[in-house]
Amino acid sequence: MDFDPVTLSRVQFALTVMFHYLFPPLSIGLGAIMVLLEGTYLKTGDRRYEAATRFFTKLFAVNFAVGVATGIVMEFQFGTNWSTYSRFVGDVFGSALAAEGIFAFFLESGFLAVLVFGWDRVGKKMHFFSTLMVFLGSTFSAVWIVIANSWQQTPAGFHLVGEGAAMRAEITDFWAMVFNPSAMHRLNHVLLGSLLQGAFFVMSLSAFYLLKKRHVGFAKRTFTVALVLGFVSSITILISGHAQANAVAENQPAKLAAFEGHFETGEGGADLYLFGWPDEEAREVKLGVALPGMLSFLIHGDTETPVKGLDRIPDDEEPPVAVPFVTYHLMVALGMFFIGVTSLALFLRWRGTLWDQRWLLKVFVVAVAGPYIANQTGWVAAEVGRQPWVVYGLLKTQDAASPSVPGEQIFASIVLFSLIYLALGALWVVVMNSKIQHGPEDPEGGDAEGHEGQIAVAADVLDPASPHHLTGRAAPEEA
Amino acid sequence: MDLQVFWFGLLGVLVAGYAILDGFDLGVGILHPLVKGDRERRIVINSIGPLWDGNEVWLVTFGGALFAAFPEAYATFLSAFYLPIMILLFALIGRAVSIEFRSKQKSRFWRRYWDWSFAFSSFMVVFLFGVAAGNAIEGIPIGADREFAGQLGDLVGWYPLAVGLFAAIAAAMHGALYLHLKTEGALQERIAAWRWPAFGLFLVAFMGVTIATLARHPHALRNFEQYPLAWVVVALTVLAIANIPRAIVKGQPGLAFLSSCGTIMGLVFDFGMALFPNLVVSSLDPSFSLTIRNASSSEATLALMRNIAFLGMPFVLTYTVIVYWVFRGKTKLDDFSY
Ligand code: HDD
Ligand code: HEM
Ligand code: HEM
Repeated sequence: MDFDPVTLSRVQFALTVMFHYLFPPLSIGLGAIMVLLEGTYLKTGDRRYEAATRFFTKLFAVNFAVGVATGIVMEFQFGTNWSTYSRFVGDVFGSALAAEGIFAFFLESGFLAVLVFGWDRVGKKMHFFSTLMVFLGSTFSAVWIVIANSWQQTPAGFHLVGEGAAMRAEITDFWAMVFNPSAMHRLNHVLLGSLLQGAFFVMSLSAFYLLKKRHVGFAKRTFTVALVLGFVSSITILISGHAQANAVAENQPAKLAAFEGHFETGEGGADLYLFGWPDEEAREVKLGVALPGMLSFLIHGDTETPVKGLDRIPDDEEPPVAVPFVTYHLMVALGMFFIGVTSLALFLRWRGTLWDQRWLLKVFVVAVAGPYIANQTGWVAAEVGRQPWVVYGLLKTQDAASPSVPGEQIFASIVLFSLIYLALGALWVVVMNSKIQHGPEDPEGGDAEGHEGQIAVAADVLDPASPHHLTGRAAPEEA
Repeated sequence: MDLQVFWFGLLGVLVAGYAILDGFDLGVGILHPLVKGDRERRIVINSIGPLWDGNEVWLVTFGGALFAAFPEAYATFLSAFYLPIMILLFALIGRAVSIEFRSKQKSRFWRRYWDWSFAFSSFMVVFLFGVAAGNAIEGIPIGADREFAGQLGDLVGWYPLAVGLFAAIAAAMHGALYLHLKTEGALQERIAAWRWPAFGLFLVAFMGVTIATLARHPHALRNFEQYPLAWVVVALTVLAIANIPRAIVKGQPGLAFLSSCGTIMGLVFDFGMALFPNLVVSSLDPSFSLTIRNASSSEATLALMRNIAFLGMPFVLTYTVIVYWVFRGKTKLDDFSY
């Protein structure tokens, strides 16, 4: 077996970051929904919204804990596996990471305690404030880490000092580094992807309750809140993704060519493949269906202007094509699916027939996988499409790993990470599932909880949308 | 002010904050199996329930700050300690997960398993930090290229292991003093009784490590010769240590805990004095050592990060105070407890 440290470090990084990134989007997105629900409670005094927030708090806490546990690995992995990279970017990347700790993680973790454990210890305004701060904190952490990653994609605001192996980037203009050409596009995109994650998660479990005729009043309310959020986010993420693709075309043409399987620049307009399989040997897209001239149109606004293809990229700077192509197309296809399914549901909700469409509710139960896949494939496309560079145009991934760490040790840590993460993933599923099965009113709950549970149940009986009315049509204007 | 010295000091503050705060919750973890019965074990876990995550952020921020201020040291140190760091990360994961998942299922086997995992991972975390500190004083084989040039075996001499053990004992004592504050009734009485053996062990380990350090590494004192004022801190540390039994006898558990916080602060300071101005000492050739001069980021970045730190620190302290205030008092179990 070949223990090439660079390959192994890449495998390990991909494994740990992709596993980590299963959790942050839900923390951010569910946080947003909790802010909406608890805000509604504060405004209307309707205790059913409080009960809903309490319920989601428990799911949130479990997800957050796994996010934290896997995030700590990321914090130190740059030094352990990528020491040459760390020396090169410390000035820039370290700053963003330190800012993340100071501005984001302290905020998140501090107020998380009040959010999760403070229900009976602080007033409701203070509690809402804590929920808001946790959401803000997790948003900030996305800000800093995405800025750092974007700087690697489109470096700006720095100069190089030193020679050869001792070369490093130093900040010359902090704000230019922060607002590097891809940072804000990508930040929007990542945050919208997180909102979608939260929205589809809530819609999935609400649809599950509706199908099982459990917690029906609760489920209708939370589904509606999440549906609106999901619809708005899926429209805006298309706009954000389009802006981003244009920025990629400008800053990283090789990556865009890989996304689109655009091997030959050609004379006229470039086609846009809806799907297909890029054959890297034959340098063409097989089995594809393409819209003629569309790629040129999306990027240049007309169907005639050529788009730079992989033939114009030096051979040793060419990214792999198959992986970015497939993952990118999967993400975009899922984005279109989200727009379709949320528009349809919103329309039926407005007509008042949504709750009768069992097939659509079933679709929503499984659709939660969609944002997970889109978020993962989006990162894979962005990161693999950047290869062979780790810092675009400056440092190759090949040269960035730690020279002193033997491959065997990395191999051992990959094996252990795989085992631990497998167990962790299984635990997450078991515990989340048992919480979801319990539902909003926890039978184990103490007095306060049980009491609220009863209020919610009583309210449901009076509610036109209560379980017993479910067989009929729900009134269109019901909330 | 000299920015590199400032950042060395600020990293020291982060280490001290981490050691004091996570120190007690790691200590609580080490003591956890000594408590019997599910209800009492839950009280023990919940005594740190809302706090441990925030405490750990001091470590995360230390990591980010080291990366930003002294990237060379961050890169060298972490890649040199590759496997120990991986074990540390596994332990940190195990701990977070044990706390979070332990009480989520009723099964006895399930809870037993997480109890032990909680205790073992807590021990490993402190122990490994101690080993790292011991190696930092002792020096490790670093070549001219600033990369580790040794074997895994070079990192596990008896001195670093002894420092690791000392760290675990100190955390256990610190944790016992904390638990005593957060519990009541019969449980509290039992914990009260642990404080003496814990303190005794701590005293023995403290003297042992101090003597070993002075005998093996007399150069640890060179900064004290240059800055005699530092002896004041050493004297204060000793006073803080002596104040622990005094406060226990006088029935002032809060003061005992504060004294142990002071002790830890003092120990971190002594450690920093022994190291300064080095960050990673090379055992091959002193000129290969990474110091605050040759391992730092650019002046501009250090200045910028200093401003960010000044901007952020008041917020951080505010959150910390709010959280500790909201969760003051004896630990009680409720619906949201672990
Ligand atoms: C889009 C957002 C995002 C992205 C791309 C990443 N993270 Fe993350 N991270 C979060 C969003 C987040 C979060 C939402 O703030 C977390 C996730 C779990 C949680 O619920 O908090 C978190 C937790 C978290 C923690 C634990 C914080 C604590 O103890 O409270 C660390 C140290 C990191 N992350 C570090 C990283 C690093 C070094 C990454 C890059 C390689 C990274 N994260 C990618
Ligand atoms: C800023 C420091 C980062 C560095 C040095 C870095 C470096 C790398 C490297 C070397 C790879 C392996 C690429 C390959 O095998 O082709 C990779 C893959 C990946 N990275 Fe990044 N990355 C960084 C940040 C991030 C962030 C913040 C995320 C998002 C959470 C991310 C998501 C991914 C994903 C999903 C992959 C998998 C690609 C694959 O499967 O090959 N990365 N990264
Ligand atoms: C609807 C059409 C969409 C388009 C046109 C689009 C476009 C893009 C582009 C061009 C990139 C690469 C940016 C770069 O490398 O700098 C990207 C990355 C990404 N996408 Fe999308 N996207 C879409 C939908 C989605 C959806 C629905 C999600 C998740 C729910 C998502 C999540 C991501 C993530 C996490 C990344 C990696 C981070 C980044 O580079 O911003 N995308 N997307």
